[in-house]
Formats: sequence, C-alpha cells, structure tokens
Amino acid sequence: MNALEVEGLEKSFGGVKAVDGISFVVEEGKTVGIIGPNGAGKTTVFNLITGFYRVDRGRILFYGKNITRTQPYKLPHLGIARTFQNLRLFSNLSVFENVLSAILKKDGYNVVSSVFRTADYFMKEGKAEKKARELIEFFQLSGKENYPANNLPYGEQRRLEIARALALQPKILLVDEPGAGMNPREVQDLLQTLREVKERFSLSIVIIEHQMGLVMNISDKVVVMDFGEKIMEGTPGEVKKDKRVIEAYLGEEFI
Amino acid sequence: MNFFWEARKVILLSVLIYLSVKAIFFFGYVSQYIEQITLYALIVILASLGLNVIYGYTGQFSLGHAAFYGIGAYVSAYLTKIFSIENIFAYIPILFISGAAAGLIGYLIGIPILRLRDDFLAIATLGFGTLVRVLLDNSDKFSEVFGGSRGFVGIPRLTTFELAFVIVIFLILITHNLIYSRYGLFWRCIKNDELASASIGINTFSMKLMAFTYGCFLAGIGGALYANLYTFLHPSNFDILKSIDFLIIVIVGGMGSIAGTIYAGLIWVGFIEGLRIVLPAEVVDLRWVFIPLLLIALMMWKPYGLMTKSRN
Ligand SMILES: Nc1ncnc2c1ncn2[C@@H]1O[C@H](COP(=O)(O)OP(=O)(O)O)[C@@H](O)[C@H]1O
Ligand SMILES: [Mg+2]
Repeated sequence: MNALEVEGLEKSFGGVKAVDGISFVVEEGKTVGIIGPNGAGKTTVFNLITGFYRVDRGRILFYGKNITRTQPYKLPHLGIARTFQNLRLFSNLSVFENVLSAILKKDGYNVVSSVFRTADYFMKEGKAEKKARELIEFFQLSGKENYPANNLPYGEQRRLEIARALALQPKILLVDEPGAGMNPREVQDLLQTLREVKERFSLSIVIIEHQMGLVMNISDKVVVMDFGEKIMEGTPGEVKKDKRVIEAYLGEEFI
Repeated sequence: MNFFWEARKVILLSVLIYLSVKAIFFFGYVSQYIEQITLYALIVILASLGLNVIYGYTGQFSLGHAAFYGIGAYVSAYLTKIFSIENIFAYIPILFISGAAAGLIGYLIGIPILRLRDDFLAIATLGFGTLVRVLLDNSDKFSEVFGGSRGFVGIPRLTTFELAFVIVIFLILITHNLIYSRYGLFWRCIKNDELASASIGINTFSMKLMAFTYGCFLAGIGGALYANLYTFLHPSNFDILKSIDFLIIVIVGGMGSIAGTIYAGLIWVGFIEGLRIVLPAEVVDLRWVFIPLLLIALMMWKPYGLMTKSRN
C-alpha cells in the first residue's frame, strides 16, 4: 500500500521553476529521505503536499485519495502532519500547551461543552492532558511542561515540534531538516528518537535533510533533488555511490 | 450543572462585592453620580473584554470596536423605545438581541476583513468604524426616532446595578470558560503563529471569525446596557476615540488577561471620572494631558500590561 504518491509535481515562482516534475512514492510504514543542495526545491515539495503552496501541475495522492490543492488545515485530519525547516512553535505558549493544542484539535469537544463545562469537556481534557504528558516524556521534555516554548534550547525546540506533530496521530510525518542548527550529539539523539518514533507510532516518514548523514541512517529509500528535479532515487547505499549525486553536492560539504 | 460548581469561587466573590457595593450605595456614602460611574465601569469592562478576546487573545487588531458597541446601543435604544419597555424581564431578551445584532454584523464584516493581515486589518476596522459613525449621524433619514446627529433621546432607563452586575459576571464566566477551553487555546495559537496553527489542523479563518463575532457580541451587550443607563445616545460616543479607549484598557490591563481587563477598566473609568470631580472646572480638560503622560509612564514600567508577566 502506498501512503503517499507524488506525480509530476510542478511549481514556479515568477518564472523560476522551484519544483520541476517531481514524482515519488512513499510506501506505508517506510521512511523516505529527500536530499539535495540548498535551493533544490525540497521544502517547496513539502509546502505543495501540505497545501501551503498551490500546485501548478501534478497530483498528490494520500492512500489513493487525491489531496492536490487541499487547504492546509484539512490535512492533519486526514493523517498528514509536518514540521517546518525554520521551526514554527507557538513560542509564547508553554511546552505543554504546544502539545495539548494538537491533541485537542484531533480529539475535542464542542462550544457548548466548553461554556457549560459538561462531562464531555472534563473527559476529553483529562485524556488530552494525559496524552500530552506521555508525549512530553517520550521526547525527554518532562519537567519543562510550563516553560514557554521559546525558552527551550534549540535542540529541544526541534523535539517539541516533532512531538506536536505526532500529537495529531498522523499516518505520515513530514519533517523538514530536523537536524538543522544542531550539534552532532543532538543529531545523534534525534536520530535515535526518530527510530523509536517509527517503531512506537508505526507511521510513514518523509524526512528532508541537507546534510546526507542523518538521512542515510534511517531511510529505506532516498530521493535526490537538484534544481527542482529528481536526479535519482535509490537505497542509501546506491545513492552514496552515484556519480550524479556526488556532482550535485560538489562544492558543498558532502557526506 | 458543572458551570456553577466550577464558578463557585467567582460567584461567591461576586456576591460579596455586590453586597459591599450595595451597602455603600444604600447608606448613601456616595452620590448618585458615583453610582452611575460604577455601572458605567461594568459596561466598559464588558466591552473591553470583547476586544481582549479579539485582540489580546486572538491577535486581531481592531480599531472599530466602538462601532459594535454603538450598534448594540442603538438597537437596544430603538427596541426599548418603540416597544416602551418598562419591565426588566422584557428588557433581558432585548439585551441579548442587541448583542446578537452586533455579533451578526461583526460576523458579516469579519468574513472579508479577517483574511487581511495586521496593518490592513487595522485600516479595514477603522474604515468600518467611520462608516458606522457616518450612518449614525444620518440615522434620522431612516427613522426620526434615531435622531441622527442630534442624538437619540428618551430611551427608557432600564439598566440597574443588579442587572448590569449579574449580566457582566455571567458573561465574564462564559468568556473565562471559552478562554480556558480548546477554543481559547486555538485563539492563542493563532495569535502566536497562523501557519503553525493551520499545520495542526486549526481552521484559522473560522476560529478568528468566532473570536471576532463573540467579541462584538460582548461589545453589543455593553452598548445596550449603556443606552438604557444614560437614556441618551450621540454618534460621537461611538467613534474612533472610544475604540481607542477600549484598546488602551486591553493593553494596560494586559493582552490576554481577563483580570487585567477588569482592573484596567475600573482604573480607567475611575481615573477619568475621578479627575473630573477632583480637578477644578477650568483645568478639567487638562485630563487629556495627564492621561497620555501616565500611559507612557505605565508602558515604560510594565510594557506587557498590569497583569501579564514580562517575557524574558
Ligand atoms: N515563497 C517563495 N517565493 C519565491 N520563491 C520561493 C519561495 N519558496 C521557495 N522559493 C524558491 O524556490 C527554490 C527552492 O527553494 P526551497 O524549496 O526552499 O529549497 P530547499 O528546501 O531545497 O533548500 C529556491 O530558489 C527558492 O528561492
Ligand atoms: Mg528547505
């Protein structure tokens, strides 16, 4: 079963083709890495899948359902969650509220329950709070529940953003450069966390990385992009040896 | 019902405040004028709370809040006058109709303008406020009763301390319950980051519309209580300056703080009216020199308002 199918995706910005006919498939339960030099169009692919940019041409299928040009807020309900390259936490909200908001979005109560504090309100709030604590613990943020999100060190903010995405109980998780700005130790931690996430939450993952190291370790398959195009696709082993990939990365700090 | 059980502390406190204020009034420690101001403060708190939901919690800057306050006032003035309402139980439905009218217009105007971003939203709400002011100035062309620029006269006096107090406490409780529910949380998410909000599945447009409609509803009820307190309305009571009063109260009290709005509303009304009593007649207008200076000092001392902890 394919969780995600992207077919001939195209997107231009003022005449510049940022994404030029990208196609790939994410099988259910697998992890796919997208790599490529800066400006290759990786983030744009995510923004197209998640509806933040309007697709010029091409199709996106999620479990066979056409989701091309769906509004962003509808996608989490279908089972698609994402993180952002430049971290988008609710920075003045607490760590706890960052996670809680996603859980209560997924499994909430109505306005009448809010206003009159019905049994449903207490039940759902209780469940959500319990779940939020579990997630926070899993991402090793226990004890920091009440910190404003922007008071966390960078690496922990990255983890919190992934926790918030997972709070939506997605079928697929799209993570954009989770290792950016982290030191090697933090990257190793993150790698370990992502492996555990995959096991525990049994989901498909698409992970963008600029540096190849992180992706190679956890991906079942790697898609390589350059100048908006897919220049190759294969297992991490195949990709590492490919001449086109090495060329694309020439002049970059590679592998 | 859980509503009352959850709110028991606030209700108890309210009863105590009510009895104290009532005793002060009863034993004649204060003049009629002070009684009127106390009622007015409750009204201002309610309308400001509406703006706090819109701006303080949801981050939607509005320069037209007084227009919704005015809509509530004129609707209530009109209905209570043409139906010659004297009974408080006939008045309560009219109060809510007036609030609903302001809420409905807020909803309709919100559909186009809440898609705009910060500074455009400020211009659009300012424009709407001006539009309403012009309509009120010319309202006598629709019906003589409205009085146009001469003002709306002869409104039945129906706002009592009891009524205003119960309504305001009840609406504060409802607002509190909304704020401390998933809806309030989503509003705060939107204020922090709209894109991130969408990424967790929040329909940001409909949540903003909900906050705006509800905030306008509160302003409308406030306006209605105002109309039936002072028995006279003039379009100039509902212009941009009044909108700015509400903004100041929200900012001074602390964006996103219910208690802050209550304190700031009391201080604001107490201060402006208090100076009117204290200052000799010749210099009363100097209030508008003191007040801005005080605001500047306050904002330097507590830039995030009285009740909000400073961010570090
Ligand atoms: N919103 C936008 N407006 C204009 N150009 C954009 C926008 N988003 C991305 N681009 C352009 O698209 C190209 C691909 O960018 P991006 O997808 O961010 O690359 P990557 O994530 O691989 O580094 C770049 O040339 C970038 O400048
Ligand atoms: Mg990128």
